[in-house]
Amino acid sequence: MIPELGHFAVILALGVALLQAIVPLLGWRRRDARLLSFAGSAAQGQFLCIAAAYACLTYCFVTKDFSVAYVAENDHSQLPLIYRITAVWGAHEGSLLLWVLILSGWTLAVSVFNRRLPLDMSALVLSVLGMVSTGFYLFILLTSSPFTRLVPAPAEGHDLNPILQDPGLAIHPPMLYMGYVGFSVAFAFAIAALITGRLDAAWARWTRPWTTTAWMFLTMGITLGSWWAYKELGWGGWWFWDPVENASFMPWLAGTALIHSLAVTEKRGLLKSWTVLLAILAFSLSLLGTFLVRSGVLVSVHAFASDPSRGTFMLAFMAVVVGGALTLFAWRAPKLITTGELQLFSREGLLLFNNLFLVIAAAAVLAGTLLPLVLDVLGITKLSVGPPYYNVVFLILIAPLFLLVGLAAVVPWKRGDWRETARRLKVPAIIAVILMVVLPFALHGRTTLLAATGALFGCWAIFAAAQDVWRRVRAKPEWRAGLRAVPRAVWGMTLAHIGLGIWALGVSGVVSFGDEKDVRLARGAETELGGYNFRFQEAGEQAGPNYTAQQGTVLVEHGGKLIATLHPQKRLYPSQGTVLTESSIDAGLMRDLYVSLGESYDDGSWSLRVYYKPMIRFIWLGGIFMFFGGLLAASDRRYRLARAAERRAIEIAEGAVA
Amino acid sequence: MRYTIPLVVLIALIGLFFFGMQHDPRLLPSPLIGKAAPAFDLPTLDGTPQRMSQADLQGAPVLVNFFASWCAGCQEEHPYLMQLTRNSQVKLVGIDYKDAEADLRPWLNHKGNPYGQILTDLEGRAGIDWGVYGVPETFVLDAKGTIIYKQVGPMTPEVWEHDIQPLLKATS
Repeated sequence: MIPELGHFAVILALGVALLQAIVPLLGWRRRDARLLSFAGSAAQGQFLCIAAAYACLTYCFVTKDFSVAYVAENDHSQLPLIYRITAVWGAHEGSLLLWVLILSGWTLAVSVFNRRLPLDMSALVLSVLGMVSTGFYLFILLTSSPFTRLVPAPAEGHDLNPILQDPGLAIHPPMLYMGYVGFSVAFAFAIAALITGRLDAAWARWTRPWTTTAWMFLTMGITLGSWWAYKELGWGGWWFWDPVENASFMPWLAGTALIHSLAVTEKRGLLKSWTVLLAILAFSLSLLGTFLVRSGVLVSVHAFASDPSRGTFMLAFMAVVVGGALTLFAWRAPKLITTGELQLFSREGLLLFNNLFLVIAAAAVLAGTLLPLVLDVLGITKLSVGPPYYNVVFLILIAPLFLLVGLAAVVPWKRGDWRETARRLKVPAIIAVILMVVLPFALHGRTTLLAATGALFGCWAIFAAAQDVWRRVRAKPEWRAGLRAVPRAVWGMTLAHIGLGIWALGVSGVVSFGDEKDVRLARGAETELGGYNFRFQEAGEQAGPNYTAQQGTVLVEHGGKLIATLHPQKRLYPSQGTVLTESSIDAGLMRDLYVSLGESYDDGSWSLRVYYKPMIRFIWLGGIFMFFGGLLAASDRRYRLARAAERRAIEIAEGAVA
Repeated sequence: MRYTIPLVVLIALIGLFFFGMQHDPRLLPSPLIGKAAPAFDLPTLDGTPQRMSQADLQGAPVLVNFFASWCAGCQEEHPYLMQLTRNSQVKLVGIDYKDAEADLRPWLNHKGNPYGQILTDLEGRAGIDWGVYGVPETFVLDAKGTIIYKQVGPMTPEVWEHDIQPLLKATS
């Protein structure tokens, strides 16, 4: 009964989404306020329907209703409750339901917060979001219903993939989807602007907080995914340039470019058609990511079980949504006239370069991801594009971005002044150069070219960003008042740029000074790595809620003192017969000690993989800084003030008409 | 004019994906095709004879199926393998890959045994020599013991009828 209710709720949601797509468009054609304002109610009704459907599926998982095929595939009677709840998005069908739930959540948020917008604009935005939802509901109902029954019902479920039974992964997909799907709002704003032809500073100001919020969730989602892969896959790596990681990274790069070009469009009224194109691009790349993951067109460790009908539907959907948007763009964008001229040495000029490098970077990732497919389709060869390509390309593209990021807060709009810029950046530059030399020696006792470069870039980004806040605080007579006077948007930008610097320090540190070792150790034997002594004490059996584990005990000593006891495990999940290594990590801000258990030998010894990972936490710390930077920037009070002012203006105008 | 560039790029990409979807990225050519079956010496499940090697596969065409009781794809192809050995003369040898006998026997008892002979490769050593990277995988050997075909993933009626049967006819 419950699964059928869920299925029915999805059908209902489809109906409401269709109305939400069509009625406001009619209202716009006929200039009928009643039809326009229907969009908001539809958005709220749609959310109720899909939330009910999602609750139904969760209920089936929690109550272990194995008569539902999707539940039988991904649930198990011994699965702990928390993973029964997260198992809802453990595979294709359920994660798609989560996707539409989040899309509907964003739509709801737009309908609530956009009450202050001109009615036709907000109605058109909701209409576009309704069209996107319609496509996804059809996708679910035609190819991927999670509510299909299984006859006869099996006695036991097939279990959630053990690799997904981890707290990091429990929150990674929702965060990632919040980001992916959030770009649909910027997309909808772009389409509405193309339709109405109203693309001005106010449009950019409405779009900015939505874009920043989506971007911040995507940043967090990618950061969590990287942390999870490091912890769970047992290879000690934090980024693999896997096609599915690339699929999340491309929209991030486009979204980052969009955030910056929106600033130009808002402040200077420039780059209008470029900004609209980026908004379309960021969401298109999100759709592309979904397609790549779910169509089976690429081989990846993440790929969902593929099905040709799903791939075909996604492709057709993408062709309609993105093709429609780009056709509209080709037709309407030439009419978006930009006034004013752009000086290259000005904030907008530098942001244009920032956009250029970010978009080229996204294109380079796309090329690397798709090249194997192109060569395969043309029948030339089978190959995969690996980290060497991406690492080289990225180093080249990222270096100018780091140079630019330091200039960001210093060079003013309209026209920059070389002498003023040099005067203000002298101190950060000197600090960065000194630390480039000193920092690797101070932290690691030696240096490499990469470590020095990383320290230079990282410190430059951090201190150049910090000097802006410092200067603003110094301008006030008292520092507390000074801190309060710094707008949240400036705090946000500063934090995000500092985060980028921290990330650079982490990457260059772990790549330059990280070390690893494969050893075979008998009981009581020791090995040394990075100045730490690892003693293999013993291995024994350990029972978990739904697995049995071989657990090793490794004592870590440093300078004769015991600093950690690690328990790496090899887990056997009998429900799927899967063996999983569960690494054990002694985490620290400055270094991680990481042990994973390999094979056992007949004489009682074990093979172990030991890693010394200096500063790897900085990589994720950088992501967290960017997340909070986005949070502060999106909540800047001028968005709220501006909205209130616009509403008053609209009310006055309406009053005048009446 | 330049405003249509994104649309052109999109059309090219859609075309690429459309053709890309006709390809199965998992179809990897095996370097073993056309070569003699790799050497192995494995214990049999029923103990008669106690051990078998690649030399024992010669004399008639044979399908060598790497499988395991824990693998989902093997469950999927199992009914078809049953049907295949019932309805045709083909010889099917199973190599139980990284499995435990205690799990395998109930699996066979419960589902039936399509195999003429089962060899156990409990540690997966033979699997490495044969280049197996996921079960099920099925190798087709001609009477001289040369590998003439490799199927990655479950055996299906389409693969058998369109690919393997014609090959076997051509070699005999």
